[in-house]
Amino acid sequence: MSSTSNRPASPARLPLLARMLLLPRTWAQARGDGMVEDRPVLTLLSHVVLILGVAIVAFPVYVTFVASTHTVQEVLAAPMPLTPGSHFVENYLTALERGAGESSAGVGRMMVNSLVSALVIAIGKIAISLLSAFAIVYFRFPLRGFFFWMIFVTLMLPVEVRILPTYTVVSDLGMLDSYAGLTIPLIASATATFLFRQFFLTIPDELAEAARIDGAGPLRFLRDVVVPLSRTNIAALFVILFIYGWNQYLWPLLVTTQESMYTIVIGTKRMILGGDAAVEWHLVMATAMLAMLPPALVVLLMQRWFVKGLVETEK
Amino acid sequence: MAVGKRAVFQSRWLPYALLAPQILVTVLFFFLPAGQMLYQSVHIQDAFGGSLQFVGFDNFRDLLRDPLYLASFKVTAVFSVAVAALGLAISLVLAVFADRVIHGAGAYKTLLIWPYAVAPAVAGVLWMFLFNPTLGIVAYWLRQRGVDWNYLIYDGQALLLVILAAVWKQVSYNFLFFLAGLQSIPKSLIEAAAIDGAGPVKRFATIVFPLLSPTTFFLLVVNIVFAFFETFGIIDAATSGGPGQATEILVYKVYKDGFKGLDLGGSAAQSAVLMAIVIALTVVQFRYVERKVQY
Repeated sequence: MSSTSNRPASPARLPLLARMLLLPRTWAQARGDGMVEDRPVLTLLSHVVLILGVAIVAFPVYVTFVASTHTVQEVLAAPMPLTPGSHFVENYLTALERGAGESSAGVGRMMVNSLVSALVIAIGKIAISLLSAFAIVYFRFPLRGFFFWMIFVTLMLPVEVRILPTYTVVSDLGMLDSYAGLTIPLIASATATFLFRQFFLTIPDELAEAARIDGAGPLRFLRDVVVPLSRTNIAALFVILFIYGWNQYLWPLLVTTQESMYTIVIGTKRMILGGDAAVEWHLVMATAMLAMLPPALVVLLMQRWFVKGLVETEK
Repeated sequence: MAVGKRAVFQSRWLPYALLAPQILVTVLFFFLPAGQMLYQSVHIQDAFGGSLQFVGFDNFRDLLRDPLYLASFKVTAVFSVAVAALGLAISLVLAVFADRVIHGAGAYKTLLIWPYAVAPAVAGVLWMFLFNPTLGIVAYWLRQRGVDWNYLIYDGQALLLVILAAVWKQVSYNFLFFLAGLQSIPKSLIEAAAIDGAGPVKRFATIVFPLLSPTTFFLLVVNIVFAFFETFGIIDAATSGGPGQATEILVYKVYKDGFKGLDLGGSAAQSAVLMAIVIALTVVQFRYVERKVQY
C-alpha cells in the first residue's frame, strides 16, 4: 500500500501544522480506507489548494456582504473596508422597503415576484412534464411519436434565439407585466419530460396491470402509484428548476416594464444604472445578497436532491 | 422513438388531454415565434415600417459581410474557449485534490458548489463591483501594484472580467461532475499503479485523466453551451457589451440589434444562425456524449 521510500521528509522535520495534519492521516489509514499511499506533504498541499479555492470562490460574496453593512460613503472610500460595518439592519430594511436609486419598488416586493415566478415555473414545468411523459409512456395513440418529437425540438429553441417574436406573441396575448407572462412561456420542458419518461419506463409493468385488474383507471394509477413513486425525482427536479426560475434574467427583462413586476435579479441590475456617483452601492449590495440567499439556501439545505437533479437533468 | 410498455391504458381522448398543456405552450411560445423568426430572416421591412418584402438570403449575406457581426463572432469564440478551458482546468484541479483528502471532503464540496445558485446577472454585478475602476477593491489593489486597470476603457480587461465572472459561476458545476467521475474510478487501478512505482503525477496522467475523458468531453460541450447562451446576464450586468463591442457576444448582439435597434430582418437572421449553432451543439451532445459519468 504505502511507498515510504520517496517520502519527502520525515514527520519530525515537518513544521508543526504539517505534523498536526499527520494525525488524522494515520487514523484514516488505521481504518484502512482512503488514500493509496502516505504523502503528508501532498495532503497538506491538497488542503492548501482547496482552502485557497474556497476562499477565492467566496471572496466576491464576502466583499458584497461587507459592502452591504456600511454606509455609502464608507463603500465609496478607496479602499473600502474589508470588515463588516454596523449598518446591517438599517441597510437591509431600507432596501426591502424602498429599494435603491431611481427605483421606487422595494426589494421586498421584488422578492415576492421572484418567489412567485420561481414556484410557478418549477411546479408548472414538473406538472406538465409529468402529464406528458405519462401520456407518452402509458398510452398508444396516433401522433404519439410526433408529439414526442415536438417536445424534443424545444431543446433547440432556447429563448435567446427567438427573443423578438416570442415577445411579440406574449405582447399580443396581453401578458406583459403579469405573472402569466413571466412564467407560462417558460414552463415547457423537454428535459423534465425525458427524465420522467426514463423513470416511468423503469416502473414494473405488473403495477399497471394490477391497477387495471383492480379496476383503477389511468388517472387513479397516476395519482396513487406513479406520482408517489416519482417523489425523489420530483424533489430533485424541483431544486434545479426553482433555481432556474429564480435566476431568470433575459425573459423578465423583456416582459416587465413596471417596477412593481420586476424580479429581484432584474431589480439588482436596474439599480446600478445611472452612473457611479448616483448608485447607492450599499443598498445594491444588500439587494444582491438577498437575490442570492434563497437559491443558495435551497442548494445547501437540499444538497442531496440538488446533486441528483443536476446529474439527472443532464442525461 | 420510445421503447414501449406492455401494459398500457386505453382511452381515445385522455392522452391528448394530458399532453395538451405542454403542446399548447410549445406551439404558442416556441414553434410560432421560431417560425416567425425564420420567416423574417428572409424578409426586410420597408422604410416606413410597413409591409415585408421577400429578399431571399440577402439578410444572411449582409450579416456575413458586416464587420461588427464578424467581430462579435470572434469575441464569442475567444470568450467561450476561455471560459471552457479555464473553468475546466480550475475545477479539475480542485476536484483532484478534493478526491484526495479524506477529512473535510464533504465540507469542501459544500463550500464549492453554492455559486451554482447565483444568477448570472448577479454574478456580473458582484464582479463588476470588485473590479470597478473607481470603487472596486481589486481594482484598487491592481492600481497599487501599478496596473493601469480600467475595464471601461480597455477591451481586453473587459473581456477578462466577464470571463472571470463566467468561470466563477461555472466552476461549481464542473467540480461536481469531475468529483463524481473521479470517485467512480476503481481504487484498485490506482493502487496497482502505485505498487508498480508510479507517482501521483504519473498516475494522474496515465490512468486518471484518460478515464475521465468522457466526463471532460461532456463538460466541454456543456461549458460551451453555457458560454454561448447563459452568460447574457453576466455580460449585461458587468459590461453591457462594451467598451465598444469588446464583450458583445452573439446572444447579446441579437438582443441589442433586435430589441434596442429594432432591425427585424437582421436580428432574425442572427437568431437563425444561433439556432443552427444550438442544433449543432445538441446533436454533438446526443450523439457523442452517450455515457458521461460512469456511476
